[in-house]
Amino acid sequence: MAKIITMTSGKGGVGKTTSSAAFGTGLAMRGFKTCIIDFDVGLRNLDLIMGCERRVVFDFINVVNGEARLNQALIKDKRVENLFILPTSQTRDKDALTKEGVEKVLDELKKEFDYILCDSPAGIEKGALMALYFADHAIIVTNPEVSSVRDSDRILGVIQAKSRRAELGLEPVQEHLLLTRYDLDRVEKGEMLKVDDVLEILAIPLLGIIPESPAVLKASNVGMPVVLDDKSTAGMAYSDAVARFLGEKVEHRFLKPEKKGFFDRLLRRTA
Amino acid sequence: MNLLDFFRRSKEPTVASQAKERLQIVLAHERSDRNSPDFLPALQKELLAVIKKYVPIDDEKVLVKLERESGCSMLEVNVELPTPAKGASKPVAAAS
Repeated sequence: MAKIITMTSGKGGVGKTTSSAAFGTGLAMRGFKTCIIDFDVGLRNLDLIMGCERRVVFDFINVVNGEARLNQALIKDKRVENLFILPTSQTRDKDALTKEGVEKVLDELKKEFDYILCDSPAGIEKGALMALYFADHAIIVTNPEVSSVRDSDRILGVIQAKSRRAELGLEPVQEHLLLTRYDLDRVEKGEMLKVDDVLEILAIPLLGIIPESPAVLKASNVGMPVVLDDKSTAGMAYSDAVARFLGEKVEHRFLKPEKKGFFDRLLRRTA
Repeated sequence: MNLLDFFRRSKEPTVASQAKERLQIVLAHERSDRNSPDFLPALQKELLAVIKKYVPIDDEKVLVKLERESGCSMLEVNVELPTPAKGASKPVAAAS
């Protein structure tokens, strides 16, 4: 049975699209047929992060409106088997999405895919509500920073009140915390919230910690999901998060500072 | 961290711990608001109508608030009455 996962955060700019691209690609690399849908109508970016921006012909909204068939709008990834992207419209607005329209597309995708990953827009308005309404799982992308943590708490409240599962009184949406842009050096100095602080406040299970890494910007520059950069800490951390999501027991890495030599310490050299 | 920092390290709370504390306080408030019953606007409207039967009051000057503390809830209704004209009936104190 296909599962619907929503990548959401409330706050913008915390790494939802980066995480959707990396996580979805990670699922496909493990052999699951995966479709990533961009729900950010009018501000589409998943196509750029995935590097398929020049292959967009039809989009999610065209399919919702019956102007194109699903197979015409789906873009097959050229690097990873089993991976598809459903881009959104750059010209329409969020009102183009309706529960009925979204449900129709999701139902059709469910027949073919193992995982459907919804990349939510920021905010708690229509676009975000549409992205989370049908979710079986919600991955809450959070930065160790006050406004992001507060907005994550808010979006958790929305999931618990306004998702389809909540409305129908079904088993609740499974929540997972993905802590991104974690800077160990700053945490050590007491400048940044620790993983444990954020966990204590939000009280949801931890899926992964993605360390702050230059690899993320480099990957987005060239339209490659960062999980494909298997030498980078961020790439490895996303791949661990996917493994954990699939039920494997994987230790959290990159939580201890690298051993630095005497000169590194004196010169405050950073990696 | 360099060598000097090692000796200078103080026991002052870090900015991260301040962030945690502030978040805990603000979220405790917001979570309780989230669970507050949604009859408050209706209650406010009806109260207003009843009071209006007796005193001319301004719609904006009514405040209905539900506060929860451990173990008890308190419904607070604040109505600001207009300054009475001379010789008018006794002013009613703001109910609380």
